[in-house]
Amino acid sequence: MSTAVAVSDLRKAYGEVEAVSGISFEIATGEIFGLLGPNGAGKTTTVEILEGYRKRDAGSVTVLGADPAKADQRWREQIGVVLQSSAMYPTLTVAESLALFGGYYEDPRSVDEVVHLIGLEQKRDSTVRTLSGGQRRRLDLGLALVGDPDLLFLDEPTTGFDPQARRRAWESISSLRALGKTILLTTHYLDEAERLCDRVAVLREGRIAAIGRPGELTGALPPTEIRYRQDGREVVLRTEEPTRILNELTQKALADGRELEALEVRRPSLEEVYLSLTEEEKE
Amino acid sequence: MRLFRHELRYELRLYSRSRELAFFTFLLPLILFLMLGFAYGDDELKGVKGSDYLLIGTLGYGVVATAFAGLTIVLVLRREDGILKRLRSTPLPAPTYLAALLATTMIAFLVQAIVIVAVGMSAFGASIPSHLFSFVLSLILGAAVFAALGVGLTGLVKRAEGASAVVNAIYFPMLFLSGSFFERDTFPEFLQVVADVLPLTYFFDLVFGVVYGGDQIWDRAGDVAALAIWGLVGVYVAVRRFRWTPTEG
Repeated sequence: MSTAVAVSDLRKAYGEVEAVSGISFEIATGEIFGLLGPNGAGKTTTVEILEGYRKRDAGSVTVLGADPAKADQRWREQIGVVLQSSAMYPTLTVAESLALFGGYYEDPRSVDEVVHLIGLEQKRDSTVRTLSGGQRRRLDLGLALVGDPDLLFLDEPTTGFDPQARRRAWESISSLRALGKTILLTTHYLDEAERLCDRVAVLREGRIAAIGRPGELTGALPPTEIRYRQDGREVVLRTEEPTRILNELTQKALADGRELEALEVRRPSLEEVYLSLTEEEKE
Repeated sequence: MRLFRHELRYELRLYSRSRELAFFTFLLPLILFLMLGFAYGDDELKGVKGSDYLLIGTLGYGVVATAFAGLTIVLVLRREDGILKRLRSTPLPAPTYLAALLATTMIAFLVQAIVIVAVGMSAFGASIPSHLFSFVLSLILGAAVFAALGVGLTGLVKRAEGASAVVNAIYFPMLFLSGSFFERDTFPEFLQVVADVLPLTYFFDLVFGVVYGGDQIWDRAGDVAALAIWGLVGVYVAVRRFRWTPTEG
């Protein structure tokens, strides 16, 4: 599989403060890769260097075979960018906005195809001024997609969404996987990363604290957690042998003739991995 | 060229849909022209009929409102809203974008100039300006100079909220000092000294000379040179200070 993005020992400082302190990762073509981390971890700085907005201090960056700092129009034909916050002309309609941006590309998708992809059929001929926050964010996605890019950058695509809008956005992004797009997304929502990403890198203070498939990262902790309530107290067992432990517990409970109240068996979520990674060494 | 035409088409559509621009840069100069024209259009100013004098003053008002004030505010708002930043991620080349925006400004001002002259003719009996070629060339020169100053000024304005405050603080005093509504000769001397520096003064004198003084644009080399210097100042500041990304922090 070919490599869409390669980053090696990337560094960037603002004055005295080092925002990115030597990070390396690769994204394969067709992969959905997540950059995860709290605010100030260096996510947006990293993405904006890959998009060509910021200059790096050191390290090497290759995006679709080119250095984004020296990229040309042809390179921009192949990328789509959803910035963390950016408005659109309020007096244009959804369809006009897409037609305007589509016109910047050699071979754009049709407006109606994109309108369908972002689920704004009902708002096709409404002006941007009248859209809700979630609808505007979906238009942002549409504007990034209309050029039919190979690589998409999504910087916190669902921040500020209500749960329903987030689920819709997830569906839109998941549907891009079927189109074979490579996607780099940043988020501080763990469920989002877990749900969408093939692999994630957890950033902390400008460094990569962990990188891997969401399943691999959760595998770094004791794999299974068993919770139940006994005499009003919550009991939490973390184990690598859930079958044996559960068997013992249930046998004992059966023998005693009591119920394992609020019994719960689950694998640790990415959230716990994340919290353990981003909080350790914090005094 | 295809990209330029595409962008120009949408810029003209955006311009025509902006109510703020329509009122402040297009209608307000005309309203003032009519009001002042009815108030003292029959007096004599600078050796011509008051309304003929005001016609030139209104063209000056129009060029500053459309090419300078309107353009500056639009560009600062687009920058601070992140629209310019978004555009930089597309294959649209920056020079093409700016060229389309400047062409839109130019077209808007030329339409405005036609309407101002038409109002002058129908309401106050003005005649079609003589030396039409020099007249149009003077208008285009003025629009280019003020657009350059406007683009330069955007680099000095930090926030969206500051844009109209800064622009108004510059352009309203300039309108009065450069004699758009009253003769400069009646002002105290120190104000005339200030007026002698302002670009609008030279635009006014240039157009006045072409329309009523029997001059061609090349007969007024001093005015043209002064405007060109201001234009270069605008270009210089624009090249050094223009930004595509919002002010941070």
